[in-house]
Amino acid sequence: MKELIQTLVEIPGPSGYESKIREAIRLRIEPLVDELRVDALGNLIARKGEMQPGGKKIMLVAHMDEIGLIVTHVDGNGFARFTTLGGVRAYNLPGGRVRFMNGASGVLGVQYHSEPDASAFEEMFIDLGAKNREDCPVRVGDVAAFERPFTDLGERLVAKSMDDRIGVAVLIETLQQLNSSPHELYFVFSVQEEVGVRGATTAAYGVAPDFGLAVDVTRTGDTPRDRKMEVSLGKGPAIKVRDGGMLSDPRVVDWMVQIAEKSRLPYQLEIMDGGSTDARAIQVSREGVPAGCLSIPCRYIHSPSEMVDYSDVQNGVRLMVALLSESLELGQD
Amino acid sequence: MTPDSDNSPPKIGAAQIRLLKRLTQACAVSGDEGEVRSIVLEHVRPVADEVRVDALGNVLVTRGGRAEPRLRVLLAAHMDEVGFIVTHDEENGFFRFETVGGIDARYLPGKPVWVGKNHLPGVIGAKPVHLSTHEEMRQAISKDSLRIDVGPGNESKVKPGDRAAFATPFARLGTSLRAKALDDRLGVATLIELVKHAPANIDLLAAFTVQEEVGLRGAGVAAYALKPDLAIVLDSTPANDLPAWDGSENIRYNSRLGAGPAIYMADRGTLSDPRLVRLLVDTAEAAGIPYQIRQPGGGGTDAGAVHLQRTGIPSVSVSVPARYNHTPAAIARLSDWKNTLALLHAALKQLTPEIL
Repeated sequence: MKELIQTLVEIPGPSGYESKIREAIRLRIEPLVDELRVDALGNLIARKGEMQPGGKKIMLVAHMDEIGLIVTHVDGNGFARFTTLGGVRAYNLPGGRVRFMNGASGVLGVQYHSEPDASAFEEMFIDLGAKNREDCPVRVGDVAAFERPFTDLGERLVAKSMDDRIGVAVLIETLQQLNSSPHELYFVFSVQEEVGVRGATTAAYGVAPDFGLAVDVTRTGDTPRDRKMEVSLGKGPAIKVRDGGMLSDPRVVDWMVQIAEKSRLPYQLEIMDGGSTDARAIQVSREGVPAGCLSIPCRYIHSPSEMVDYSDVQNGVRLMVALLSESLELGQD
Repeated sequence: MTPDSDNSPPKIGAAQIRLLKRLTQACAVSGDEGEVRSIVLEHVRPVADEVRVDALGNVLVTRGGRAEPRLRVLLAAHMDEVGFIVTHDEENGFFRFETVGGIDARYLPGKPVWVGKNHLPGVIGAKPVHLSTHEEMRQAISKDSLRIDVGPGNESKVKPGDRAAFATPFARLGTSLRAKALDDRLGVATLIELVKHAPANIDLLAAFTVQEEVGLRGAGVAAYALKPDLAIVLDSTPANDLPAWDGSENIRYNSRLGAGPAIYMADRGTLSDPRLVRLLVDTAEAAGIPYQIRQPGGGGTDAGAVHLQRTGIPSVSVSVPARYNHTPAAIARLSDWKNTLALLHAALKQLTPEIL
């Protein structure tokens, strides 16, 4: 599975520019599913299986897009100014490198500032090695992703865009390992999550599921002097109870917990202050849909070096397969 | 297909400028768009296959094409403008008010306004310079301390809930146009011309929307109802293209007057569909029409609501740039308006289902 993860994280795909990563995913899953389509916004929607007695129409979603940068101005000396696509943090940028969708590469520089930590995006620029504006290989509107190779630390894996290629990898691996399911399953690889769960909004409307689960990353609280949070790397996938944008359906939380315990899989319960996932878009789609989220714990989210634990990923796949293998009746909460 | 439909490229001449003047001097603060709506209806009814006003007040227009197969293309422009709503009668012709839409309160003191459907003249009064202390003159006057003054004896002509708009007559300034509410009457006027000159290769669906300035509220339901294959939103984006005071390079101009229609890549609400951006850019380059890419960043248009409807609607926005939008007097270049109309008409004529 590490090879799959490496392939996925090294493909650039900032929000709105997911065509390359979509093609890579399509190639992998085409033999594993019964039907494939791409909707008007670019979501890849794959159906697997028919509805059996006791089955449900279930939408599973992981987002293909990653945070990135977009050029706002190329100045007279050939430096590109930029703004962000998604939740990029200024302190993660200086010294980093980016690759544009047109192939051009650049280095992130910052204007002189007496308090270096206080630098804002307006004081930064991308240096593409150009001598002047005419020489610069990008123009206003060109889009870049962070460039950083995948690093295998053994039990821990580091890369850009673990958020949410690790979710994509979990869904692909689930497709591979799932032998039988009573459900009509829709595996959705969504666009534009990082700019406000936009792809999942239209995908959920189109699929019209009975039930929805997102697979995404969640923050941890296990690094030196970190913000308090009861999630750590290596203690199992997290079952989301709430985040900044959604209260998981309590019946969904109970069901996930029961299946994890029955399957003797480690899990953690996630209560996150901010952030949200595509599950939020599913939950408020049409007439409302019971929804939850399986989270892979991840350190340094939205930095170019996001870290996950490999056993959490594998246990995430096992839990997903267990959840989908049996019929599902949500009880009363 | 109505018999008088034609494929001829629309032009902006004296009649169109007169229409823009009428549109900008009408008052249509968000939620009270009736005055602009009647002008729109008067112009689209004679040429459209179907015209209806929906539950929120959007004007939805259909003009069918002839090609088979053909795309359903939504073009949207918002009828509403930023302004004021009267909240409280304080007697003797003074009225408390709230702002509607994005207005910087620093712009308000001393501005004349038109109040209510009959454009009753009033002014947002403030203490004159003679009586202001040095300390007061360094501070912005708070919105809470301002009142609309229509003069004693006129109280009965105003009631809470009435809207008020900046009282700015339209003027032609050489190659430029000055008016209030160019955002988005330029879009409305452009869309009226496109309805009149709808190309036959598409079903043209026009939405003249309400309540854009308070959160894209009209456009969402309009797009839901019309179920288009793709959408192009026509708006007016700020041009902050004045030279920097210290001679440094202005890197945050958003758009520039005279540089042609501003094509959106990304704003707060929408990432434009790359295929539609390419269509506009390629069309402009092939036809020699000047264009600019609006600087990606904040701000937003009706596309933010449109593209998320149903199973998703590929969308892009095109703006006529204007300086000083959301203030009493904005300035746009006539050439930018002409080039915007020319680009849109040329691009629409290129549209076939293969683009998707």
